[in-house]
Amino acid sequence: MADPASREPPTTQRSAVVRDSLGVGAATGLYGVSFGAVSVASGLSVLQTCALSLVMFTGASQFAFVGVVAAGGAPLSGALTALMLGTRNTLYGLKLAPLLQFRGWRRPTTAHLVIDESTAMSVLRESRDLARTGFVATGVAVFVLWNLFTLVGALAGNLIGDPRTYGLDAAVGGAFLALLWPRLTDPRNRVIAVCAAAIALGVVPVTAAGVPVLVAGGVALLAGVLTRSAGDPTELPGP
Amino acid sequence: MIWFAILGAGLGCYLLKLAGVSLPARVLDHPVVERVADLIPVALLAALVAVQVFADGTRLTIDARAAGLAAAVVALLLRAPFLVVVFVAAVTAALFRLVFPGT
Repeated sequence: MADPASREPPTTQRSAVVRDSLGVGAATGLYGVSFGAVSVASGLSVLQTCALSLVMFTGASQFAFVGVVAAGGAPLSGALTALMLGTRNTLYGLKLAPLLQFRGWRRPTTAHLVIDESTAMSVLRESRDLARTGFVATGVAVFVLWNLFTLVGALAGNLIGDPRTYGLDAAVGGAFLALLWPRLTDPRNRVIAVCAAAIALGVVPVTAAGVPVLVAGGVALLAGVLTRSAGDPTELPGP
Repeated sequence: MIWFAILGAGLGCYLLKLAGVSLPARVLDHPVVERVADLIPVALLAALVAVQVFADGTRLTIDARAAGLAAAVVALLLRAPFLVVVFVAAVTAALFRLVFPGT
Protein backbone atom coordinates (compact mmCIF):
# COMPACT_ATOMS: atom_id res chain seq x y z
CA MET A 1 0.00 0.00 0.00
CA ALA A 2 1.33 3.46 -0.90
CA ASP A 3 1.69 6.12 1.76
CA PRO A 4 -1.80 7.50 1.65
CA ALA A 5 -1.61 10.37 4.11
CA SER A 6 1.15 12.27 2.36
CA ARG A 7 -0.88 14.54 0.15
CA GLU A 8 -4.31 16.12 0.18
CA PRO A 9 -6.27 15.16 -2.93
CA PRO A 10 -7.75 17.99 -4.99
CA THR A 11 -11.37 18.77 -4.16
CA THR A 12 -12.43 17.72 -7.66
CA GLN A 13 -11.03 14.24 -7.07
CA ARG A 14 -12.95 13.94 -3.84
CA SER A 15 -16.22 15.17 -5.28
CA ALA A 16 -15.86 12.64 -8.10
CA VAL A 17 -15.58 9.88 -5.47
CA VAL A 18 -18.62 11.27 -3.64
CA ARG A 19 -20.60 11.39 -6.89
CA ASP A 20 -19.77 7.75 -7.72
CA SER A 21 -20.59 6.72 -4.17
CA LEU A 22 -24.00 8.39 -4.25
CA GLY A 23 -24.75 6.65 -7.55
CA VAL A 24 -23.93 3.26 -6.06
CA GLY A 25 -25.90 4.19 -2.95
CA ALA A 26 -28.99 5.08 -4.99
CA ALA A 27 -28.86 1.90 -7.07
CA THR A 28 -28.35 -0.30 -4.04
CA GLY A 29 -30.80 1.53 -1.81
CA LEU A 30 -33.51 1.12 -4.43
CA TYR A 31 -33.49 -2.64 -4.14
CA GLY A 32 -34.41 -2.20 -0.51
CA VAL A 33 -37.89 -2.09 -2.08
CA SER A 34 -37.57 -5.73 -3.09
CA PHE A 35 -36.32 -6.67 0.37
CA GLY A 36 -39.20 -4.86 2.07
CA ALA A 37 -41.81 -6.49 -0.15
CA VAL A 38 -40.30 -9.98 0.09
CA SER A 39 -39.95 -9.68 3.86
CA VAL A 40 -43.61 -8.87 4.56
CA ALA A 41 -44.57 -11.56 2.04
CA SER A 42 -42.59 -13.98 4.25
CA GLY A 43 -44.86 -13.13 7.15
CA LEU A 44 -42.74 -10.55 8.97
CA SER A 45 -44.39 -7.32 10.12
CA VAL A 46 -43.41 -3.90 8.73
CA LEU A 47 -41.67 -3.13 12.03
CA GLN A 48 -39.70 -6.40 12.00
CA THR A 49 -38.75 -5.79 8.37
CA CYS A 50 -37.45 -2.29 9.14
CA ALA A 51 -35.62 -3.58 12.23
CA LEU A 52 -33.74 -6.07 10.04
CA SER A 53 -32.59 -3.32 7.68
CA LEU A 54 -31.57 -1.01 10.53
CA VAL A 55 -29.82 -3.49 12.82
CA MET A 56 -28.56 -6.22 10.50
CA PHE A 57 -27.88 -3.92 7.51
CA THR A 58 -26.34 -6.47 5.16
CA GLY A 59 -28.57 -7.42 2.26
CA ALA A 60 -27.72 -11.06 1.60
CA SER A 61 -28.10 -11.97 5.30
CA GLN A 62 -31.44 -10.17 5.43
CA PHE A 63 -32.78 -11.96 2.35
CA ALA A 64 -31.51 -15.25 3.78
CA PHE A 65 -33.23 -14.65 7.11
CA VAL A 66 -36.63 -13.92 5.60
CA GLY A 67 -36.17 -16.67 2.99
CA VAL A 68 -35.66 -19.33 5.65
CA VAL A 69 -38.53 -17.99 7.75
CA ALA A 70 -40.82 -17.89 4.69
CA ALA A 71 -40.02 -21.53 3.94
CA GLY A 72 -41.30 -22.39 7.42
CA GLY A 73 -37.88 -22.70 9.02
CA ALA A 74 -37.23 -22.00 12.68
CA PRO A 75 -36.18 -18.38 13.35
CA LEU A 76 -32.96 -19.84 14.79
CA SER A 77 -32.09 -21.46 11.43
CA GLY A 78 -32.75 -18.11 9.76
CA ALA A 79 -30.49 -16.36 12.25
CA LEU A 80 -27.66 -18.89 11.78
CA THR A 81 -27.84 -18.62 7.99
CA ALA A 82 -27.76 -14.81 8.24
CA LEU A 83 -24.72 -14.96 10.54
CA MET A 84 -22.83 -17.35 8.25
CA LEU A 85 -23.40 -15.01 5.31
CA GLY A 86 -22.39 -12.08 7.53
CA THR A 87 -18.89 -13.55 7.98
CA ARG A 88 -17.81 -12.08 4.66
CA ASN A 89 -18.15 -8.61 6.19
CA THR A 90 -15.49 -9.68 8.70
CA LEU A 91 -13.23 -10.40 5.74
CA TYR A 92 -13.98 -6.96 4.27
CA GLY A 93 -13.24 -5.33 7.64
CA LEU A 94 -9.85 -7.04 7.80
CA LYS A 95 -8.98 -5.53 4.43
CA LEU A 96 -10.42 -2.10 5.21
CA ALA A 97 -8.94 -1.52 8.67
CA PRO A 98 -5.31 -0.85 7.64
CA LEU A 99 -6.52 1.30 4.75
CA LEU A 100 -9.02 3.49 6.64
CA GLN A 101 -7.27 3.58 10.05
CA PHE A 102 -10.33 4.74 11.98
CA ARG A 103 -9.60 5.17 15.69
CA GLY A 104 -11.59 5.73 18.89
CA TRP A 105 -15.36 6.14 18.58
CA ARG A 106 -15.13 6.21 14.78
CA ARG A 107 -14.26 2.52 14.60
CA PRO A 108 -17.43 1.05 16.21
CA THR A 109 -19.57 3.65 14.40
CA THR A 110 -18.20 3.08 10.92
CA ALA A 111 -18.06 -0.72 11.46
CA HIS A 112 -21.82 -0.86 10.81
CA LEU A 113 -21.16 0.49 7.29
CA VAL A 114 -18.87 -2.42 6.32
CA ILE A 115 -20.83 -4.03 3.46
CA ASP A 116 -20.16 -5.17 -0.12
CA GLU A 117 -20.68 -1.77 -1.74
CA SER A 118 -18.77 0.46 0.71
CA THR A 119 -15.83 -1.96 0.54
CA ALA A 120 -15.85 -2.02 -3.25
CA MET A 121 -15.95 1.79 -3.43
CA SER A 122 -13.05 2.11 -0.99
CA VAL A 123 -10.35 -0.54 -1.45
CA LEU A 124 -9.14 0.63 -4.85
CA ARG A 125 -8.57 4.30 -3.95
CA GLU A 126 -5.04 5.63 -4.13
CA SER A 127 -5.00 7.63 -0.91
CA ARG A 128 -6.36 7.16 2.60
CA ASP A 129 -8.43 10.30 2.29
CA LEU A 130 -10.15 9.11 -0.89
CA ALA A 131 -10.61 5.62 0.55
CA ARG A 132 -12.31 7.10 3.62
CA THR A 133 -14.44 9.36 1.45
CA GLY A 134 -15.56 6.48 -0.76
CA PHE A 135 -16.27 4.25 2.24
CA VAL A 136 -18.24 6.76 4.29
CA ALA A 137 -20.15 8.34 1.39
CA THR A 138 -21.19 4.95 -0.03
CA GLY A 139 -21.95 3.48 3.39
CA VAL A 140 -24.10 6.39 4.55
CA ALA A 141 -25.91 6.71 1.20
CA VAL A 142 -26.74 2.99 1.14
CA PHE A 143 -27.77 3.00 4.81
CA VAL A 144 -30.19 5.91 4.44
CA LEU A 145 -31.72 4.78 1.14
CA TRP A 146 -31.77 1.06 1.98
CA ASN A 147 -33.78 1.75 5.15
CA LEU A 148 -36.06 4.24 3.43
CA PHE A 149 -36.85 1.90 0.53
CA THR A 150 -37.24 -1.08 2.88
CA LEU A 151 -40.10 0.82 4.52
CA VAL A 152 -41.60 1.70 1.12
CA GLY A 153 -41.39 -1.93 -0.04
CA ALA A 154 -42.83 -3.26 3.22
CA LEU A 155 -45.81 -0.88 3.11
CA ALA A 156 -46.44 -1.65 -0.56
CA GLY A 157 -46.07 -5.38 0.04
CA ASN A 158 -48.70 -5.22 2.78
CA LEU A 159 -51.23 -3.66 0.41
CA ILE A 160 -51.09 -6.10 -2.47
CA GLY A 161 -52.52 -9.30 -0.93
CA ASP A 162 -51.32 -12.81 -1.84
CA PRO A 163 -47.66 -12.39 -2.85
CA ARG A 164 -47.71 -15.51 -5.04
CA THR A 165 -50.04 -13.77 -7.48
CA TYR A 166 -47.22 -11.34 -8.22
CA GLY A 167 -44.50 -13.98 -8.24
CA LEU A 168 -42.86 -12.52 -5.16
CA ASP A 169 -41.89 -16.02 -4.00
CA ALA A 170 -39.91 -16.41 -7.22
CA ALA A 171 -38.33 -12.98 -6.71
CA VAL A 172 -36.40 -14.35 -3.72
CA GLY A 173 -34.70 -17.05 -5.81
CA GLY A 174 -33.90 -14.42 -8.44
CA ALA A 175 -32.41 -12.13 -5.79
CA PHE A 176 -30.13 -14.86 -4.40
CA LEU A 177 -29.03 -15.83 -7.91
CA ALA A 178 -28.19 -12.19 -8.72
CA LEU A 179 -26.09 -11.97 -5.53
CA LEU A 180 -24.33 -15.23 -6.40
CA TRP A 181 -23.77 -14.50 -10.11
CA PRO A 182 -20.64 -12.28 -9.93
CA ARG A 183 -18.86 -14.97 -7.88
CA LEU A 184 -19.45 -17.64 -10.51
CA THR A 185 -16.66 -16.34 -12.77
CA ASP A 186 -14.29 -18.42 -10.61
CA PRO A 187 -14.37 -22.12 -11.75
CA ARG A 188 -13.84 -23.41 -8.21
CA ASN A 189 -16.80 -21.35 -7.02
CA ARG A 190 -18.96 -22.88 -9.77
CA VAL A 191 -18.14 -26.39 -8.53
CA ILE A 192 -18.90 -25.40 -4.93
CA ALA A 193 -22.17 -23.73 -5.98
CA VAL A 194 -23.42 -26.81 -7.86
CA CYS A 195 -22.42 -29.15 -5.02
CA ALA A 196 -24.03 -26.92 -2.39
CA ALA A 197 -27.30 -26.68 -4.35
CA ALA A 198 -27.38 -30.45 -4.92
CA ILE A 199 -26.63 -31.25 -1.27
CA ALA A 200 -29.23 -28.77 -0.03
CA LEU A 201 -31.92 -30.27 -2.29
CA GLY A 202 -30.80 -33.76 -1.28
CA VAL A 203 -31.52 -33.14 2.39
CA VAL A 204 -34.78 -31.18 1.85
CA PRO A 205 -37.02 -34.26 2.21
CA VAL A 206 -35.37 -35.44 5.45
CA THR A 207 -34.79 -32.22 7.44
CA ALA A 208 -36.73 -29.24 8.74
CA ALA A 209 -36.94 -26.10 6.58
CA GLY A 210 -33.83 -23.94 6.94
CA VAL A 211 -31.55 -26.85 7.79
CA PRO A 212 -30.60 -27.76 4.16
CA VAL A 213 -28.98 -24.34 3.70
CA LEU A 214 -26.97 -24.74 6.90
CA VAL A 215 -25.84 -28.21 5.81
CA ALA A 216 -24.57 -26.69 2.54
CA GLY A 217 -22.70 -24.04 4.56
CA GLY A 218 -21.10 -26.77 6.64
CA VAL A 219 -19.97 -28.53 3.46
CA ALA A 220 -18.33 -25.30 2.28
CA LEU A 221 -16.51 -25.04 5.60
CA LEU A 222 -15.26 -28.58 5.22
CA ALA A 223 -14.22 -28.00 1.60
CA GLY A 224 -12.33 -24.86 2.64
CA VAL A 225 -10.41 -26.73 5.30
CA LEU A 226 -9.66 -29.77 3.16
CA THR A 227 -8.87 -28.31 -0.28
CA ARG A 228 -5.81 -26.49 -1.49
CA SER A 229 -6.06 -22.89 -2.63
CA ALA A 230 -6.55 -22.30 -6.35
CA GLY A 231 -6.71 -18.91 -8.03
CA ASP A 232 -7.36 -15.66 -6.27
CA PRO A 233 -10.24 -15.87 -3.81
CA THR A 234 -9.97 -12.26 -2.71
CA GLU A 235 -11.83 -10.81 -5.67
CA LEU A 236 -14.64 -8.47 -4.63
CA PRO A 237 -18.16 -9.57 -5.49
CA GLY A 238 -21.03 -7.55 -6.95
CA PRO A 239 -24.00 -6.13 -5.09
CA MET B 1 -39.03 -15.75 19.30
CA ILE B 2 -38.94 -14.06 15.92
CA TRP B 3 -37.92 -10.75 17.53
CA PHE B 4 -35.20 -12.54 19.49
CA ALA B 5 -33.87 -14.02 16.22
CA ILE B 6 -34.05 -10.68 14.38
CA LEU B 7 -32.26 -8.68 17.05
CA GLY B 8 -29.82 -11.48 17.92
CA ALA B 9 -28.80 -12.09 14.31
CA GLY B 10 -28.65 -8.32 13.69
CA LEU B 11 -26.36 -7.77 16.64
CA GLY B 12 -24.30 -10.79 15.60
CA CYS B 13 -23.88 -9.41 12.08
CA TYR B 14 -22.72 -6.09 13.55
CA LEU B 15 -20.21 -7.84 15.81
CA LEU B 16 -18.87 -9.75 12.77
CA LYS B 17 -18.26 -6.41 11.05
CA LEU B 18 -16.66 -4.94 14.17
CA ALA B 19 -14.42 -8.00 14.53
CA GLY B 20 -13.17 -7.45 10.99
CA VAL B 21 -12.09 -3.84 11.58
CA SER B 22 -10.65 -4.68 15.02
CA LEU B 23 -8.70 -7.91 14.45
CA PRO B 24 -5.10 -7.73 13.21
CA ALA B 25 -4.96 -7.95 9.40
CA ARG B 26 -2.56 -10.90 9.53
CA VAL B 27 -5.52 -13.21 10.37
CA LEU B 28 -6.23 -13.00 6.64
CA ASP B 29 -2.82 -14.44 5.83
CA HIS B 30 -4.00 -17.82 7.05
CA PRO B 31 -5.04 -19.60 3.82
CA VAL B 32 -7.77 -21.69 5.44
CA VAL B 33 -9.46 -18.58 6.86
CA GLU B 34 -9.37 -16.90 3.48
CA ARG B 35 -10.70 -19.97 1.61
CA VAL B 36 -13.52 -20.64 4.05
CA ALA B 37 -14.51 -16.97 4.06
CA ASP B 38 -14.65 -17.08 0.28
CA LEU B 39 -16.53 -20.38 -0.06
CA ILE B 40 -19.25 -19.88 2.55
CA PRO B 41 -21.19 -17.13 0.73
CA VAL B 42 -21.01 -19.08 -2.55
CA ALA B 43 -22.31 -22.29 -0.96
CA LEU B 44 -25.02 -20.57 1.08
CA LEU B 45 -26.31 -18.46 -1.81
CA ALA B 46 -26.37 -21.47 -4.17
CA ALA B 47 -28.20 -23.55 -1.57
CA LEU B 48 -30.66 -20.71 -0.95
CA VAL B 49 -31.41 -20.42 -4.68
CA ALA B 50 -32.05 -24.17 -4.91
CA VAL B 51 -34.22 -24.38 -1.80
CA GLN B 52 -36.19 -21.20 -2.51
CA VAL B 53 -37.09 -22.39 -6.00
CA PHE B 54 -37.41 -26.18 -5.82
CA ALA B 55 -38.54 -26.92 -2.26
CA ASP B 56 -42.06 -26.70 -0.90
CA GLY B 57 -41.80 -27.48 2.79
CA THR B 58 -40.06 -30.87 2.81
CA ARG B 59 -41.12 -31.73 -0.77
CA LEU B 60 -39.17 -31.10 -3.95
CA THR B 61 -41.27 -29.58 -6.70
CA ILE B 62 -41.04 -27.78 -10.03
CA ASP B 63 -43.54 -24.95 -10.38
CA ALA B 64 -43.84 -21.34 -11.53
CA ARG B 65 -40.80 -20.39 -9.44
CA ALA B 66 -38.58 -22.47 -11.76
CA ALA B 67 -39.85 -20.42 -14.71
CA GLY B 68 -39.00 -17.28 -12.74
CA LEU B 69 -35.48 -18.56 -12.08
CA ALA B 70 -34.95 -19.41 -15.75
CA ALA B 71 -35.97 -15.86 -16.66
CA ALA B 72 -33.56 -14.51 -14.04
CA VAL B 73 -30.72 -16.49 -15.64
CA VAL B 74 -31.53 -14.94 -19.03
CA ALA B 75 -31.63 -11.46 -17.47
CA LEU B 76 -28.25 -12.03 -15.80
CA LEU B 77 -26.73 -13.29 -19.05
CA LEU B 78 -27.93 -10.03 -20.62
CA ARG B 79 -26.13 -8.19 -17.78
CA ALA B 80 -29.32 -6.75 -16.34
CA PRO B 81 -28.95 -4.89 -13.00
CA PHE B 82 -30.08 -6.51 -9.73
CA LEU B 83 -33.49 -4.88 -9.56
CA VAL B 84 -34.35 -5.87 -13.14
CA VAL B 85 -33.34 -9.49 -12.46
CA VAL B 86 -35.60 -9.68 -9.40
CA PHE B 87 -38.47 -8.00 -11.27
CA VAL B 88 -38.16 -10.30 -14.30
CA ALA B 89 -38.20 -13.40 -12.04
CA ALA B 90 -41.36 -12.20 -10.29
CA VAL B 91 -43.23 -11.16 -13.43
CA THR B 92 -42.37 -14.40 -15.22
CA ALA B 93 -43.61 -16.52 -12.31
CA ALA B 94 -46.78 -14.41 -12.05
CA LEU B 95 -47.52 -14.78 -15.78
CA PHE B 96 -46.78 -18.51 -15.60
CA ARG B 97 -49.38 -18.84 -12.82
CA LEU B 98 -51.92 -16.91 -14.89
CA VAL B 99 -51.50 -19.42 -17.73
CA PHE B 100 -51.11 -22.52 -15.55
CA PRO B 101 -53.14 -21.93 -12.36
CA GLY B 102 -52.08 -23.99 -9.38
CA THR B 103 -48.36 -24.04 -10.19
